[in-house]
Amino acid sequence: MTCDEARLLLHALIDGELDAGHVREVEAHIATCPACAAELAAQREMKRVLADASLRYTAPSTLRARIEASLPQPRLQSRRAVLRGFAMGSAVSALAATGLVAIVLRQDDQQRILSEVVSAHLRSLQAGHLTDVVSTDQHTVKPWFNGKLDVAPPVIDLTAQGFTLVGGRLDYIDARAIGAVVYRRRQHIINLFVSQTASAEHRPPKTQTMQGFNCRRWGDRGLNFWAVSDIGADELAEFVDKFETAMKANVEG
Amino acid sequence: MSSSSDDPDKARRFREAALPYLDDVYTLARYLLRDASDAEDAVQECYLRALKHFDSYRGPAMKPWLFAILRNVCNAEYARRAHSHVPIEDTPEAAEQPPIWREAEATPETDVLRKRDATAIRKLIEALAEPFKETFVLREINNLSYREISDAVGAPIGTVMSRLARARAMLRAAWMAEEEQPK
Repeated sequence: MTCDEARLLLHALIDGELDAGHVREVEAHIATCPACAAELAAQREMKRVLADASLRYTAPSTLRARIEASLPQPRLQSRRAVLRGFAMGSAVSALAATGLVAIVLRQDDQQRILSEVVSAHLRSLQAGHLTDVVSTDQHTVKPWFNGKLDVAPPVIDLTAQGFTLVGGRLDYIDARAIGAVVYRRRQHIINLFVSQTASAEHRPPKTQTMQGFNCRRWGDRGLNFWAVSDIGADELAEFVDKFETAMKANVEG
Repeated sequence: MSSSSDDPDKARRFREAALPYLDDVYTLARYLLRDASDAEDAVQECYLRALKHFDSYRGPAMKPWLFAILRNVCNAEYARRAHSHVPIEDTPEAAEQPPIWREAEATPETDVLRKRDATAIRKLIEALAEPFKETFVLREINNLSYREISDAVGAPIGTVMSRLARARAMLRAAWMAEEEQPK
């Protein structure tokens, strides 16, 4: 065996990757060649020092959460399984339990929908995905939605209030087509998702944060609203205030 | 709704098969991209792509498969940074030519590597040129076999061996050079 061959194979030797025949050949060469023996010792030493050092990184928990959030959630199935389980119990305990489950599930659902809303917002930021209809004129954007959805979302121009209307888009949340109205604040995009709901009661706005995006959610006149953006929570609250005020004026005016 | 990517069973299988390697994938990304937030983005993209192609995944082992996807994502990132980095695939062939061990030949029996803290060693490894760095990290830090490295980087085992020998020679030389400098 030549020195060149030995210098290559000694790595396989220290990595435990060499077959028995080659191990004998390399060892035979090392026994008669001090330079190669020194190289082997040096590489063994470096490998030992490296093995002692902690050179691995640990993924941040936020990254794990981001990846988890992007995976399809198996919750629909498990919810059915839970309900089936309760149905088998006595009527009384089932009733009592359902009340509890309903609370748990509602939060669970809201969390899932929040995650879908944030995903839809992220999708919309990719090139060419933001708007199906581009217009700063509410009288162009609003009719565009007609016939595409059961209930067209309210389209309100807030340019004078510092939030420029950019356009509208169809999106899918909770497996249903819903309207998204797009606004711009400086360089930041705000998606306002609007869906129909059976409840006509007014639910005051609430801000939640997911994956670094602020989402402000409220309910009014049989519609659910989600405003999502990377602008600050206070600015997003300002947007929702302006929107609610303008909507009230539209309805009453 | 019935599309396969929404299949909860598939998501569960993917989670169980791929998520245990998150730290491994993140470690490789950190060494390849040398930037924590770029590494996070690359790893997330890697898992998205892996999920997308999970239906067609038939092996090899999960770890090398994820690493292969991560390499593609990182190559795209290199392309984006094109002015400052050389993409892995575009490394000139000449860089891989032997002789590869001469530079470490300076009387190795008298040179003893001074123990260094992990941060200093990480820096030395990060500074290695591609494709030697990725081979080195896959072997010494991610503990892949030569066969698995060959699968992950799409190169023959002989190439893996020569890259690894060269990476170790370069690392040792850099380590020695740093020790000679007065601090």
